[in-house]
Amino acid sequence: MAKYTEDDLKVELENKEYEYGFYTDIESETFPAGLNEDIVRAISKKKNEPEWMTEWRLEAFRAWREMVEPEWANVHYEKPDFQAISYYSAPKKKDKYASLDEVDPELLDTFKKLGISLDEQKKLAGVAVDIVMDSVSVATTFKKTLAEKGIIFCSISEAIQEHPELVQKYIGSVVPQKDNFYAALNSAVFSDGSFCYIPKGVRCPMELSTYFRINQGGTGQFERTLVIADEGSYVSYLEGCTAPSRDENQLHAAVVELIALDNAEIKYSTVQNWYPGNKEGKGGVYNFVTKRGLCETNAKISWTQVETGSAVTWKYPSCVLKGDNSIGEFYSIAVTNNFQQADTGTKMIHLGKNTRSTIISKGISAGKSQNSYRGLVQIGARAENARNFSQCDSLLMGNQCGAHTFPYIESKNATARIEHEATTSKIGEDQVFYCNQRGIPTEKAIALIVNGFSKEVLNKLPMEFAVEAQKLLEISLEGSVG
Amino acid sequence: MELKEKLISSFMAFEGQIDVNSDLYDVRTSAIKNFELKGFPSKKEEAWKYTSLNAVLKHDFTVFPKHDSAIEFKDVKKYFLHEIDTYKVIFIDGKYSSFLSQTTHEGLDVCLMSSAFTKPKYKMVMDTYFNQIANKDETLTSLNTAFAAEGAYINVPKSKVVDKPIEIIYFSTGQENALMVQPRNLIVVGENAHVQIIERHQSLNENPVLTNAVTEVFAQKRAIVDYYKIQNDLGSANLIDNTYIAQKQESHVSVHTFSFGGNVTRNNLNFYHQGERIDSTLKGITIIGGKQHVDHYTLVHHAQPNCESHQNYKCIVNDSATGVFNGKIFVEKEAQKTDAFQQNNNILLSEKAVINAKPQLEIFADDVKCSHGCTIGQLDESAMFYMQQRGIPKKEAKALLMYAFSNEVIESIKIPELKQRITQIIANKLGVNLGFDL
Repeated sequence: MAKYTEDDLKVELENKEYEYGFYTDIESETFPAGLNEDIVRAISKKKNEPEWMTEWRLEAFRAWREMVEPEWANVHYEKPDFQAISYYSAPKKKDKYASLDEVDPELLDTFKKLGISLDEQKKLAGVAVDIVMDSVSVATTFKKTLAEKGIIFCSISEAIQEHPELVQKYIGSVVPQKDNFYAALNSAVFSDGSFCYIPKGVRCPMELSTYFRINQGGTGQFERTLVIADEGSYVSYLEGCTAPSRDENQLHAAVVELIALDNAEIKYSTVQNWYPGNKEGKGGVYNFVTKRGLCETNAKISWTQVETGSAVTWKYPSCVLKGDNSIGEFYSIAVTNNFQQADTGTKMIHLGKNTRSTIISKGISAGKSQNSYRGLVQIGARAENARNFSQCDSLLMGNQCGAHTFPYIESKNATARIEHEATTSKIGEDQVFYCNQRGIPTEKAIALIVNGFSKEVLNKLPMEFAVEAQKLLEISLEGSVG
Repeated sequence: MELKEKLISSFMAFEGQIDVNSDLYDVRTSAIKNFELKGFPSKKEEAWKYTSLNAVLKHDFTVFPKHDSAIEFKDVKKYFLHEIDTYKVIFIDGKYSSFLSQTTHEGLDVCLMSSAFTKPKYKMVMDTYFNQIANKDETLTSLNTAFAAEGAYINVPKSKVVDKPIEIIYFSTGQENALMVQPRNLIVVGENAHVQIIERHQSLNENPVLTNAVTEVFAQKRAIVDYYKIQNDLGSANLIDNTYIAQKQESHVSVHTFSFGGNVTRNNLNFYHQGERIDSTLKGITIIGGKQHVDHYTLVHHAQPNCESHQNYKCIVNDSATGVFNGKIFVEKEAQKTDAFQQNNNILLSEKAVINAKPQLEIFADDVKCSHGCTIGQLDESAMFYMQQRGIPKKEAKALLMYAFSNEVIESIKIPELKQRITQIIANKLGVNLGFDL
């Protein structure tokens, strides 16, 4: 046996300290892996929830136990082991990195390209920030303005404590616990999320964004969002962030419920850029989201999404057009590269008279990715004069990728007018040649063409978002042109 | 007894009549096993999401008719394209009627599957083609394969341009209370050959009929095949029509499906490309009312570069009828420069009419031009107004608009007499007589 030297001891101590440090970090109440009724109860207790909420969660859990994981989506992945996941982990108190130097340079590079300020970069990468950041003060004034208008914007756990009557009335009213496998799972174990209530006749003066709700930074993998726009109100809500987020949770199953009461309007924009896995398709986030909105009379819900991240995306933001004259809109850009798979689209359920819906979906696939559009337009028997226009365009880059469209159109009313068109094409050689000829390098030319292709959707994004999203498209497709 | 059990036990009886040593024996037994495993399709299956066979399967269908039936030519003359001379292969209750038929062996074979199954001179063709392109996993196709005994056998040799159209008609007389027939057709069209085929299923009285037909078509290099399917049966007839078409390079195959009659009609139309520069055309007109149900399920599998496919389906639905269109274009990685087009237009005329459409694209190649369009709407009110204003009664105005709506498909019928016939059927269906050829 080799001699045990002082140096060895030193090394051992160093390692130990690291171990301890590591433990204190996650010591912060992580539940044991696995899921059973006790865990659900414990989560509920931890959050100090009222009895009805616990029961609601348990009901969802019981339903989930009876369900099987859906397989109809056009995606292939290794199924997560639901008993190997820890379902509750308090937000980390310690920052991940001490300084920017420790952060993955590739990540910083992306930040730079997106034009994110240094302070913001630090926050996004999880670097400790000592100085009071601009956005914090922004957030404070922000909250003040909102309070003046009577707008409630807080985390869902806070809402359960402070506005239980609203939560109890609306939670699960659009996406019931038993809706689908992942919605049931989410209902049982959701850790946190956002809650937003706009009172009657109030027009929310600014874009609400989870990004500003600083204290609730990492909301975890089972996020629950509930947005209620009372009669005659208006709100524009932003979710996600263009900056890439590295997340250790592989499975994300969020639920978003929107309720637009009479004459209300909700605009919900999402930019999703989770870790898509490396170039060989290893790792990456599974994103299985249920998003649905309910429109009462004359209400309008508009979904806009830019999807560039995640290894597997499974997401169908839908509108239930229940009230007469209600309007549903869906604008989407889904970009897949390398080994990413996306099966995304929308459902427009027309129930009321004179309801209208518009679907514009743009899919861009590159590398070895698979991109599917799956949509349903359903006209109920009583939906007189319902009108739908759908357009799904796919752009293929390279011959290793695939683009698929699965539209379902069901009409039970003779006065319905439905139009659907879809095209699949590649970037024209002549288009690229034209740009090249005028001194625009191929990579830039592709970005230009892709931008033009996605313009209709990008235009629907709030301004700052749109600029960033444009750059994001460019980055996502980087290196995909051979 | 459930129909499924009945079929499986009848297979045992049927097995006794056939040669156990033939190669077909294995094909049949594995086919019936597949059917036994899967049974009749239910609405739970994605491919049958919008069509239910449950009500149809409730009838106590006879699988092997007991009576030999004969019919007089004058009674059925109207179902023939009698204005012109044609080759005819006619079946009555699933059995060949030599009296009504006009087959040939001169220059080409237009004859029967039953002789193709048994006579040695057809063995080579049968070995090469029979059950080669039909989907062996599909349960109803398997059921047909297990019982395949009779149908039309057409073999057009190289460079032969068939001088007149071939009519294949299946009559059911209604001698049985309820009859199930499973015709099987095999059509092989040689290099540079050209053939026109008209297929029709017709029942002669209101007793329920279930037809589960399978047709395999092989088009060799540069062959031209025009296939017309007329479905204008009585309200008691149900049809499941499975058509599989394999195309070699530069061949042109077009299938026109005219669905006007029948209770439940399901058309499974599959095109497989096995060469470059192929052209496939799939067109259809569906005009239905009452409680009729017509489901078009199409697949075009592009596996080779530089091929084209054109689909155009028009559907007018009245009363509480249901029209379904499920079209799939599949483009493989190798199939660069594919030009695939699919269009489906629907008109809903009444409150209880239902349209379900699912146009799909699955594309793995990048240098392609694929598009599909699907619309559901009503007759143009201003056009109606315009015509009424000029003294055209509402009913006629409506008919004119509907005729114009389907004209795109009618125009591409290449046999003038058939075009006229289809126009006539449409006029009858719409209940108008405009005093001139529509």
